[in-house]
Amino acid sequence: MSDRAPAIATHSPELEHHFSSLEQQLEASVMGMWVFLITEIMFFGGMFCGYMVYRYQYYSAWVAGSQKMDFRWGTLNTIVLLCSSLTMALAVRSAQLGRRKAIVIFLLITILFGLGFLGIKGIEYHGHWAEHQFPGLNWAWPEANSHLVALFFSFYWAMTGFHALHMVIGVGLVSWIAYQAWKGRYHSAYYTPVEVVGLYWHFVDIIWIYLYPLLYLISHKHISG
Amino acid sequence: MFDLPLWPPRASTTAGSVDALFIFLLTLCGFMALAIFTMIIVFAIRYRRRPGHQAEQIEGSNALEFTWTFIPLGIFLCIFVWGAYIYFQERTPPRGAAEVYTVAKQWMWKFQHVEGHREINELHVPVGRDVRMIMTSQDVIHSFYVPAFRIKQDVLPGRYTVAWFHATKAGTYHLFCAEYCGTMHSGMIGDVVVMEPAQYEAWLSGGAALGSLANTGQGIFQSLGCSTCHRFDTQGRGPNLVGVFGRPVLLEDGRTVIADENYIRESILIPAAKVVSGFKPIMPTFQGIVSEEQLNALVAYVKSLNPPPAGAAGTPNLKPPTSQPETNR
Amino acid sequence: MSMATLTAPSAERENYLNQEYGIRSWLLTTDHKRIALLYLLSITFFFFIGGFFALLIRLELLTPAGDLLQADTYNKMFTMHGQVMVFFFLIPAVPAVLGNFLIPIMIGAKDLAFPRINLLSWYLFIIGGLFMLYTILTGGVDTGWTFYTPLSTQFLDTHVVAAALAIFIAGFSSILTGLNFIVTVHRMRAPGMTWSRLPLFVWSNYATSIIQVLGTPVLAITLMLVALERIFKLGIFNPQMGGDPLLFQHLFWFYSHPAVYIMILPGMGVVSEVVTCFSRKRIFGYKFMALAVIAIAVLGFLVWAHHMFAAGISLYAAMIFSLLSYFVAVPSAIKVFNWTTTMYKGSISYMTPMLYAFGFIGLFTMGGLTGLFVAALGIDVHVTDTYFVVAHFHYIMVGGMVMAYLGGIHFWWPKISGRMYPEAWGKLAALIIFIGFNLTFFPQFVLGYLGMPRRYWQYSPEFQVLNVLSTAGATILAVGYLLPMVYLLWSMRYGKVANENPWNAAGLEWMTASPPPTFNFDQTPTVTWEAYNYDELKEVPVER
Ligand code: HEA
Ligand code: HEA
Ligand code: HEC
Ligand code: CUA
Ligand SMILES: [Cu+2]
Repeated sequence: MSDRAPAIATHSPELEHHFSSLEQQLEASVMGMWVFLITEIMFFGGMFCGYMVYRYQYYSAWVAGSQKMDFRWGTLNTIVLLCSSLTMALAVRSAQLGRRKAIVIFLLITILFGLGFLGIKGIEYHGHWAEHQFPGLNWAWPEANSHLVALFFSFYWAMTGFHALHMVIGVGLVSWIAYQAWKGRYHSAYYTPVEVVGLYWHFVDIIWIYLYPLLYLISHKHISG
Repeated sequence: MFDLPLWPPRASTTAGSVDALFIFLLTLCGFMALAIFTMIIVFAIRYRRRPGHQAEQIEGSNALEFTWTFIPLGIFLCIFVWGAYIYFQERTPPRGAAEVYTVAKQWMWKFQHVEGHREINELHVPVGRDVRMIMTSQDVIHSFYVPAFRIKQDVLPGRYTVAWFHATKAGTYHLFCAEYCGTMHSGMIGDVVVMEPAQYEAWLSGGAALGSLANTGQGIFQSLGCSTCHRFDTQGRGPNLVGVFGRPVLLEDGRTVIADENYIRESILIPAAKVVSGFKPIMPTFQGIVSEEQLNALVAYVKSLNPPPAGAAGTPNLKPPTSQPETNR
Repeated sequence: MSMATLTAPSAERENYLNQEYGIRSWLLTTDHKRIALLYLLSITFFFFIGGFFALLIRLELLTPAGDLLQADTYNKMFTMHGQVMVFFFLIPAVPAVLGNFLIPIMIGAKDLAFPRINLLSWYLFIIGGLFMLYTILTGGVDTGWTFYTPLSTQFLDTHVVAAALAIFIAGFSSILTGLNFIVTVHRMRAPGMTWSRLPLFVWSNYATSIIQVLGTPVLAITLMLVALERIFKLGIFNPQMGGDPLLFQHLFWFYSHPAVYIMILPGMGVVSEVVTCFSRKRIFGYKFMALAVIAIAVLGFLVWAHHMFAAGISLYAAMIFSLLSYFVAVPSAIKVFNWTTTMYKGSISYMTPMLYAFGFIGLFTMGGLTGLFVAALGIDVHVTDTYFVVAHFHYIMVGGMVMAYLGGIHFWWPKISGRMYPEAWGKLAALIIFIGFNLTFFPQFVLGYLGMPRRYWQYSPEFQVLNVLSTAGATILAVGYLLPMVYLLWSMRYGKVANENPWNAAGLEWMTASPPPTFNFDQTPTVTWEAYNYDELKEVPVER
């Protein structure tokens, strides 16, 4: 790359004063994002632990609750998110190649997928609310084990809720870099923000990849069987 | 105002063993601390900065590092083993202990003796007898703490926890709630009155004649309709409860659990959590219907349906209302 | 702040303090040194709030009856004392002030890897702090700093959510600081500054950062779940829904045990710097010292349930956690022995920072040794939730960490402010604090073994004498803490001007001007020497 020149000399406008090269800057940013994602794993890890403990303890209630999930919406959302990861990857690739228009377009599609995911989640949420499946505020459970299934639904709302919150933040971040890309801020030598936001997006996606089987699939066989 | 005790009274078998370890640790750690402080002071004076004195550079020494890694580790492991041994005893109630059911609530202690006596913030026990506390909380977490016995056990809502002691000296001792439980946490205190056996018998016979706890439980068992499903033959819709307590139970999902007090309790409050193999989960939950005290009575009753283990004391053996069952499920 | 104007005689060369003036230049700065000073001001503020609560606690406990405060008020006092001291003072104390200021300089970098995120950390801290102040001013919270459920979720109608949010936000500040340090240490070291040449202060802050990054998110989600349970009536920890009250404790201590190492490791780093400097010696066993802090950080994650020995966990779980607690104590022992041996055949001067280091080693050892008591299962059952534990952790956190923090502030004060503090006053304050501290907290060991439970608003009369001693000690302690406040402020204007390296100490931070220029070094240094090269530094007469 062209601008590996000493830092004190004229440096490219993207190079911040305290780094000595763009390479160092990119490495630092990417590492920073990885460390941040580790904290995110720990954040969701707490809930996954609780979920597993109770699932073991109250297996039948977990099955009963899980069967109220509409497995079709869940699957659709998984597909939507996987597609968004693909377009996100393509956006990063376009950034590496310095194709301004392609970055913007791929990012916009990513945003659309993201919003689509949130929309579908909203439909699901509405359904659960309408069926009184919100513990505490709006709860009615005609079958056995009302309080245990409420526990399941507490986890459902908390886990998917925090995931959805991450999606909202993700959509915001992607919109912001899309705007920056549109203004032509990124080129093949400097695309750190695209790469870093991309990492975040994939991470949020991966969290869903765990939520989907745990909430929707794991007891699905019981419906047919 | 000017009494200044420096050591708590020692009134149980546990107290002696805890104190022994404590004194050992005081000696050991006192010695270590003294050794380190002496070294620091000696070095600080001997090598103080002064004209003509130069620091002598030393890199380090692997031999020393390994010494002060592994010797402390060895000592630590000894402390661990000793501490764990005491804990193991504290957590393993001897068979045949007398039982006291305890309900903690903001901010009082309620005790139910199996003989039927009930007390609040005061617990009478005899000298020289193992006593097992079966405790639960009605609201938040509390902790049953008798310093003179050196025992403490948190009391949780939604389950039983157990503590036991063997009092050795008559007297009145503090009972504290040791887990912060809201406004009057520091007011949730009481007395443990340890009595000589004869006096204790007198106290027992002087109490209200409510009938034993298991008797009370039997009444509840009938009035709540438990007996419609749990019959003492094989015809009931629910399992026959005779001989269940303390035995392994095979569950519908293939697991096996021991039917201890917590299992009985959970079977009543959350029947579907552990469904007995061969039965349908039709038993309704009694959560919110039975109070903690009634629950204790029910548990005491179910336990009383067992023939007493050898040497058991305290739990009177009630005969089931019908004749002995032919088969034991 | 006017700090800049205070410390900068007009003809001085440009440094980070006089480079720009005005409130804006401080509030919008991305200079790690200025951010460190922002932290210094904010945590000092919170320390006095926490200390004020401590004084009220001690005053109430002067008599057995609950007479000075209402029961609820007392409960709020120790709750907010613990929360403020832990989350708004001690956790940020050394890392966010001294670490922020020194780490880039010590490794020869111009700044931390993410200067704007560093500023964001401070703002998050302040927002969290404002939530805490809101909580305090609108009636407080009385959960205990541990937030145990179901008390906190269902039985209290105080500002639990606001307090949880305050700590949640401050937690993110802590996470981002840790993240910044990790990336900085990995990516920003000057040429020649290899891992084996890092000062131990950097090592210990690096280890601290690992804990902050891995542990704090778990606390964050745990407190969020408590908040959700209160706001939306979800029931993750609700026993009536079959929720397990112990789940909360596991999650809480999964963070909060490692957090106690967040509160001691940076102090250990300070002590390593100070002891070497005032013994004029290389640190004894550098490699083991560095390994030990990493070992503490890693093993520290495996012992959390030792706070739950009487809580109703299974017998075997308790045994495993007790065993692991003894393993995590070993690296601490290594550190104590190495500091002691570093002094052997040194040339020791008793300057104020060294007095604090002595205090640290002594009191940390006592706190740590009593940690061995409480880690012993049989003994913990008796002393858990009594004043024995209160004494244990104050010995480490106040006797250890606060001493280390004050020692560090004195040690680097010439670098930070460009002025010397008054040495005689410094020594006097250190002595008062040491005496006051022991008088406050030693009686609490006795109280604890006697069986006085903690968080008690009123207590049995036979405990009174010891409590009176403790309260007397706390007043002495208060004087001891006020003194440095006064003379350090005084020294910013009237102190003797410090040269580049007043202690003739080793380390890159002493090779740049005092106070340092905005980018720390005029030229990026190239390191060719090992850490603590006191063999190569000529001894010069100490300045007074
Ligand atoms: C900075 C804070 C800090 C630090 C570093 C420590 C360090 C240790 N702590 Fe402590 N602890 C707390 C802060 C801290 N603790 C707090 C805040 C609580 C209470 C929380 C609450 O409930 O509110 C607590 C509570 C607490 C408990 C629970 C008590 C209870 O509530 O029942 C336990 C139990 O195991 C424990 C153990 C230890 C151990 C084994 C260490 C070890 O790391 C100590 C290691 C150090 C040494 C051992 C000293 C040096 C060694 C030598 C000189 C070796 C020579 C000795 C021999 C050979 C014998 N601590
Ligand atoms: C982390 C750091 C930390 C620090 C530094 C301290 C410092 C002190 N603590 Fe703290 N303490 C905790 C952490 C800390 N504590 C925690 C976590 C708990 C448990 C809480 C819980 O149970 O939930 C606790 C609990 C606790 C208790 C037990 C309360 C109870 O269980 O009922 C006591 C009792 O003596 C106490 C005393 C003190 C004292 C005297 C100091 C002294 O060192 C303080 C000295 C400082 C000052 C005295 C400030 C001087 C200021 C002034 C004189 C000015 C006055 C102020 C204004 C005008 C605004 N603390
Ligand atoms: C509608 C019928 C019904 C009623 C009423 C009923 N039970 Fe049950 N009970 C069952 C069935 C069926 C099972 C086995 C399946 C299961 O474990 O849920 C059972 C299981 C149990 C068990 C576990 C037994 C074992 O063998 O492990 C206990 C203990 C118990 N019940 C106690 C009670 C008590 C006490 C009451 C009254 C307060 C009660 N039951 C009321 C039907 C009932
Ligand atoms: Cu009950 Cu404290
Ligand atoms: Cu701990």
